[in-house]
Amino acid sequence: MFRKIAISAVAALAISTGAAFAAVEEVHIDNVDFSFQGPFGTFDQMQLQRGLQVFTEVCSACHGLKFVPIRTLADVGGPMLPEDQVRAYAKNYSVVDKDTGEEREAGPSDKFPANIGAGAPDLSLMAKARAGFSGPYGLGINQFIKGMGGPEYIAALLQGYTGEEKTEAGVTLYENKAFPGGWLGMVQPISDDQVAYADGTPATVQQMSEDVAAFLMWTAEPHLIARKEAGFKAILLLTLLSTLLYLTNKRIWAGVKGPKQA
Amino acid sequence: MAGIPHDHYEPKTNSQKWLYSRLPIAGLLYDTLTIPTPKNLNWMWIWGIVLTFCLALQIVTGIVLAMHYTPHVDMAFASVEHIMRDVNGGYMIRYLHMNGASLFFFAVYLHIFRGLFYGSYKAPREVTWIIGMIIYLLMMATGFMGYVLPWGQMSFWGATVITGLFGAIPGIGESLQTLLLGGPAVDNATLNRFFSLHYLLPFVIAALVGLHIWAFHTTGNNNPTGVEVRRTSKADAAKDTVPFWPYYVIKDLFALGLLLAVFFAVVGFMPDFLGHPDNYVQANPLVTPAHIVPEWYFLPFYAVLRAFTADVWLVQLVEFVSFGIVDAKFFGVVAMFGAIAVMAMAPWLDTSSVRSGRYRPKFKAWFALLVIDFVVLMWVGSQPANELNGWISLIATTYWFAYFLVVLPLLGLFEKPLPTPATIEEDFNSHYAAPAE
Repeated sequence: MFRKIAISAVAALAISTGAAFAAVEEVHIDNVDFSFQGPFGTFDQMQLQRGLQVFTEVCSACHGLKFVPIRTLADVGGPMLPEDQVRAYAKNYSVVDKDTGEEREAGPSDKFPANIGAGAPDLSLMAKARAGFSGPYGLGINQFIKGMGGPEYIAALLQGYTGEEKTEAGVTLYENKAFPGGWLGMVQPISDDQVAYADGTPATVQQMSEDVAAFLMWTAEPHLIARKEAGFKAILLLTLLSTLLYLTNKRIWAGVKGPKQA
Repeated sequence: MAGIPHDHYEPKTNSQKWLYSRLPIAGLLYDTLTIPTPKNLNWMWIWGIVLTFCLALQIVTGIVLAMHYTPHVDMAFASVEHIMRDVNGGYMIRYLHMNGASLFFFAVYLHIFRGLFYGSYKAPREVTWIIGMIIYLLMMATGFMGYVLPWGQMSFWGATVITGLFGAIPGIGESLQTLLLGGPAVDNATLNRFFSLHYLLPFVIAALVGLHIWAFHTTGNNNPTGVEVRRTSKADAAKDTVPFWPYYVIKDLFALGLLLAVFFAVVGFMPDFLGHPDNYVQANPLVTPAHIVPEWYFLPFYAVLRAFTADVWLVQLVEFVSFGIVDAKFFGVVAMFGAIAVMAMAPWLDTSSVRSGRYRPKFKAWFALLVIDFVVLMWVGSQPANELNGWISLIATTYWFAYFLVVLPLLGLFEKPLPTPATIEEDFNSHYAAPAE
């Protein structure tokens, strides 16, 4: 009796907690088959480098990445830029030195500068601060396979412009299918061939959107790969341990009780 | 230690005798580990070990997090990102701590409903039950304050809403709220005192867990039959029980191992599943999130809080009778704490002479409805407020109170329970064949 109640309660509990997110979902976001999805997914190093290029050439004009240290571009599991390229890349930015208070060229140990001039939000954590998925039936369990949908939201937003615009109280707003409310202040930032990819990948809007979305997933969760590996190892070890404990338990109780009777 | 008769620790060597006459700690450990435990406990009796593990996990990961965390409104959010990015294994420690809170509450709810079904709260275990309820309240306070520390949007606005509840208390409310916040609004002072209390309360909980265990080691464990272990002699007691070690230690560890495998799947593959995306946006007092939703484990009581709006006639009546002192907001606060208070009063509200729900046919149906009710409250607590949801929460809240205040007292008087087994041994032998020697 209790077992039945407990099992159905747990199932219902899962549904109701997932529903907490369903309430937030307003716009339908399609899944993109990112390489980092699912328990075994990893970042595509080339995609992260392309995404970095899109961020540098387009997004960084208005957006910052204030929590991301530039040196981590060399990290294993991330874009894995060679050290000398990271040093060269850092020179794109200037920072205010904490000790001298003077502006200087950035180095690998500095973070990407915050960019507050245009009033645009910082993008360091954007991929985790937006959730596109809550299915099926509000359970949210598909996050297990597809991730939480933040990168999909970013990719959809960059491709969601309809071309309509309006002016409200002196501010121009642009219509976007993916944005909750439908109108946002950011003008369509990318168009075909906006960047020239070094690896020859055609720079379509879709390609660039997905590349920069993947890059922003990395900036939001730089240890994603290590985390999944640790989770996988922990599950393996715990399954082994549980099996041994199960056998021990059976052996111990064999002296107390025989087989179950109806 | 009083309780079920069993063998006690006897110091044998000279050094053991030396220590024993000065501090009988080995005796305490021995008696705790070998305590006679009913041999018919089912899988719903594993949650105690799971909860003890959760408390240890939260304290250990929490202490490490506190080494790297900065409780200041300008630095808290960045220091959490520092943990997630720069601290060795920091992301794993934080995700364990975050999801550990959910495992903790998941286990405590199953533990509480186990007690409600098998009548574990009934005499002579009322003190165990009351201590457990205090632990549960402290867990909620600790969980709430912990959620504020990362200083995300949901941290800030959750803190604003929940501390606002205290402001609804007539007379002293405003001063109480100011004391709680350390100022007129959620700010640096709030963050600092929440951090301090979030560090302190788990140790208070640990002490209460000690009392909780002491209490039920004195009365003996309840068990699925609700029939007490025979205390007439050591031999009789031994027929109803097995020593805690190794029988239940190994069984519980096996269950814990399986549960942790699932736990690590969540931590490793979907660590933000139970969190809210808005908490990855730094707290901003000028921007209110579209929906302020508490953590999932608060949702049932959040639903009770929201159920009593100003258009409910009972609220209007009370407001009228109290000359406006008890308004809708205060009514909701009283209802929320009342929902937990009636649960704590269960030992004195249940009039049935039979302890275990296993032998109470009508009780089973009412109890099943209570479980469904709890899930409905949790669901409706996560939904935006509208008229339909208002009705659902009102009906579900009514049943919650009715179960404790009406069903439990009356059912004991009218229900005809099934016959209970004379002893645990009799029940056990009717379910299991004799062991093969």
